[in-house]
This record gives sequence, structure tokens and C-alpha cells, in this order.
Amino acid sequence: MKELVIISGKGGTGKTSLTAAFASLAENMVLCDADVDAADLHLLMNPTITSSSDFMGGCLAVINSEKCTKCGLCMELCRFNAIRKNSEQDSLKVDEIDCEGCGVCVDLCPEQAIDFPVKTCGEWYLSETRFGPMIHARLGIAEENSGKLVTLVRREAGKLAESRNADLIITDGPPGVGCPVIASIGGATAIVIVAEPTVSGLHDMERAVRLAAHFKVPGMVCVNKFDLNPDKTREILELAKERKMTVLESIPYDPVFTKSMIQGKTIIEYENENGNSSETCRIIREIWDTIISSPVMAQK
Amino acid sequence: MIISIASGKGGTGKTTVATNLAVSLETGGTGKTTIATNLAVSLGTGVQLLDCDVEEPNCHLFLNPVIHEKETAYTPVPKIDEAKCTLCRKCVEICRFRAIMVIGKTVLTFPELCHGCGGCMAVCPEKAISETGRELGVVEKGTVDDLHFAHGIIRVGEAMSPPLIRKVRSLTQPETITIIDAPPGTSCPVITAMKGADFVLLVTEPTPFGLHDLRLAVEAVKILKIPAGLVINRCDIGDPGVREYAKQENLPVLMEIPFDRKIAESYSRGKLIVEAMPEWRKNFLKLYRDIEKIVRQGGAN
Repeated sequence: MKELVIISGKGGTGKTSLTAAFASLAENMVLCDADVDAADLHLLMNPTITSSSDFMGGCLAVINSEKCTKCGLCMELCRFNAIRKNSEQDSLKVDEIDCEGCGVCVDLCPEQAIDFPVKTCGEWYLSETRFGPMIHARLGIAEENSGKLVTLVRREAGKLAESRNADLIITDGPPGVGCPVIASIGGATAIVIVAEPTVSGLHDMERAVRLAAHFKVPGMVCVNKFDLNPDKTREILELAKERKMTVLESIPYDPVFTKSMIQGKTIIEYENENGNSSETCRIIREIWDTIISSPVMAQK
Repeated sequence: MIISIASGKGGTGKTTVATNLAVSLETGGTGKTTIATNLAVSLGTGVQLLDCDVEEPNCHLFLNPVIHEKETAYTPVPKIDEAKCTLCRKCVEICRFRAIMVIGKTVLTFPELCHGCGGCMAVCPEKAISETGRELGVVEKGTVDDLHFAHGIIRVGEAMSPPLIRKVRSLTQPETITIIDAPPGTSCPVITAMKGADFVLLVTEPTPFGLHDLRLAVEAVKILKIPAGLVINRCDIGDPGVREYAKQENLPVLMEIPFDRKIAESYSRGKLIVEAMPEWRKNFLKLYRDIEKIVRQGGAN
């Protein structure tokens, strides 16, 4: 089974639109939205949720004011400054947002006055879409553990692919290079980095390329909106070649991406329905053929 | 005055708004005059820009600051003195992040899993644990004319950005206009970049993705109880969804930036809007004044 993960470094370069276009071109695949922090793929996939489950993340310290003697040891121990004195009620309280869930106060409280319930940090879903089954999730607002939820959705996508005899998982990754991205690419067959030809696009793509190298995942690079700055496009492609990445064909700036998004369709569907066979669609089909026939994706 | 610039969705123009706002304020909208003479008392003594999008910091690409100080940032991780360790496993038991294990007669630490809570050190009866550092990345400080600049750059491969964001935020100067460029999303890194701000400026685009992620960002701002306003970037593409939502949520639309190939192309070369089109300075100054008014009135809602 192969897993292709689409990432970008910089946000807003077209990851999700491309992932959706690939989904409409691929056969026998499972879709996975690993951008659990701001998931958008479902807006194009219109999934029918067949099961939803709670995501149990970390724990949260809760002070039991009846047992608490206000000795203040927890405040001293807490490295995250999450425990505050509430002077009006003369009590100690844990700030839910600042609490890291380390449990140090829980274990070391002399009165055992601190509870440590597991928090529900979000939900994950198994769905059906017009292109195949999909695993996606919603991390609760202001929650931690996004990496853990990414790991969960990718594991579930793997199980689903196995049970449906699907040989491919297409995963829409998050932006950045931090915790959720690291959780998205570890063990993937290959990644596609979608870059835009801007100073920031180049800067962020270079960091994403280094991350891929750090985790030894083979990478491919695709420039979106290449005609906005042909010089930067060239720099990105040169960098990609230098770092031994597969270079995919570049995609022009095309307002049809936004138009199809507004209709909740992939760009391929939108153009098909309007009887168009635009250059952009031809390029995306070609990109998909290159990806699928690349040695790393094609090998058994 | 701390203004945090956030978005939910990535690539909507946070950095564009943060850099153009900071530069417009620093020059008072009229070129190289300092802010103190132009906007006087209420604005305090200066402007600083803190780029807290530490995974992909971009502000410096548009501002080309002169960097005066560069410091490697660390987060504490345990170091075990095997001569003192009795293998009692108390450290293993307290660690929720599985960063310490005992295998046979050896204690193994996994620094990349450690959250730096110090629990192992606090609980060790033999005082066999001290702390060393795991490199988070670097913090750089500099200036662009009179504008104070700082950013954090996370080490590629490092997963935890909030401690580095906190280090950048610790450079906040009192009595200053502090503009924070936040990372995208709605989870812990963004919260770390918004918490304690006087105002959150949400930058979005009028598309279904923009709207969906804006809703999440607005929820985050509500949890933090910070007044917020909206900048709609590429305001002439897309659909009316974002504007309808803003109205319904009573979220003031403080600025609209049209999609203009000239803006997009000058952005792609690392140029500010106010450089390519100096007439925009006054729009960014008005944006600041509107924010200030809302903050002074104790929030728009």
C-alpha cells in the first residue's frame, strides 16, 4: 500500500485543491485529511459521515478546592505558569489553555487534591465520498495534541485501505514544518510539496524540503501559480533538482480553482461539467500521471 | 498595545498585513518621520514586529531587517547521572510523555518527546537528574529603521513550536505598539501567539476555505475573549459568504485588499504593498486607528 502526502510549508499554495483534483483522478484509493487544525478537504468532498468517534487527547489538571490547602507547591512546580491564585475566591485554579497536561502537580500535591481527567480534544470521522472512502477529523479549538490526532487519522486511513483492498492513500497535509507536519510525513511513500513562486514560497518550500530529507521521505515538487513570477519558479525548480526531488509540471494561476471551490467541486469535475478541457486540467492530469508512474510510487 | 494577526487558513495574507501595518506605523504614513510626532501620545513610543510564525517565518523577507542579535533557544530536557541513579523508576512513572525509560540497568531519555515539565527532576529522590537543553531554534533581533523586529526560526525537525513562540513574545516591550504575526491554524501555536493580545486582526479571503477556517479562528478568539476585526484579502474574488458571516457575527471589516496582479507580483518579489503603492500607507494607518478605537471602547462586541 502506498501513501502520498501533499504538504507545502507555506499555507494557501493550493494543497487541498490539488489533493481533491488527485482524488478525482485516482483509482481505488482512500482519502485522508491530516490538516486536522483547519481541515478543508471535506468542503470539496461533501462526505457522508458513517461513523464519528471522540479523540481523547491529553489530560487536564483540575484542583479540588475542598481538599486544597493552598500550600502553593503546585504553583511553584508548574513550569507553564498554568496555576493561578484567584484572590476573590481565595482559591487556586488551573488555566485550561496553559495547562500542558504533564501531571507534575497531580503527582506531587501533598493533599492529592488535583484530579487529572482525560480531555476530549476533537472528533474523527469515517466517511464515504463520490471518489472513495475518507478519514478526516476536527481538532477542538485551542487544543493541543494535533500530532497525535494526525497519527490517529493516518493509522485509521491505513486500516481502511487494507479492509477495502485499496492500494493508495492520498493525504492532505497541514502547513508549516512543526508537530502536525512531522506526524503527517513519517513513513509516507512520497510527499508532494506544493510551492508558490514568491520569496516566502521559496523560503518555506526549502524548509519543507529539508524536513522531508530529515525524515528520509522521497519528495516531489510542484509550483502552483508559476506565471506570477517565472524567475522564482525557476529558483524553486532548481533547488528541487539540486536536492534530488522529482520536479512536476508547473500550474498557472487560474481563477477556476476558486470557481470550482465555490461550487464544492474539484477543478477536474468543474471543467468536465462545463465541457472545458483547460490547459490547467491537462497539466494536473499530467502531474498525476508523473506521480503515479514515478519509481517510488509504482514499485510493488 | 498588542495586535496579533491571525487567520485560521494559511496563505491569506497575515504577513502582508503585519509587515505593511508595522512599516506604515513606524513611518507615520508620511515617509521617514517617527511615529511619536505623527500619532502622538496614545501610540506610545515605538513599533515592534514579532514574527511568531516560527515554523515558516516570512516577515524578514519583506523587511530585510538588520539583525543585531542572534540567540539559540533551548527547552530543558533531563540529563541523568548514572552514578547516583538507583533505577527506582519514579521519573519514568511521572513522565506523561514517555520521554524516560528504564531498560535493564540503563535509563534512556528521549529528548525529542520531552515537554520540559521538570517532573522527573522534582521527583527523583537521589537528585540524579539535572537539565540540559534541546535546541528549539534561534531567535533573532534587529531593526528596520526605527522599527524593532524579532522572529523565531524553529529548527527543522523540531516539533514543539509554543516554547519558541513564548521566547519571541517575551521580547514584547511595554508602552509600544507590538504587532505579532501568528502562525495559521487554531491549535496551541496560534493560541500562544494570540493570548494576552489587546486585539486580534483576522485576515481571510472570501472563499469557502477562507470562511470555514475563519469560523474556527473566531471561535478561538472568543475562547480567549479578545476583541477582533477582519481584513478581507483578495476581496474581489470568491463569494459573499465571508461578508455575510462577518455581519452575522458583528465582526467589523476593517480593511479590504483587492486581488491585483500588481500586488501579487510585487509580493512575489518580496516587496511591500506600501512600497509598490505608497497611497496604501494611509489605509494601514486608518486600520490602526480603527483598531485603537475598538480597543479603547473595550471591544466591538
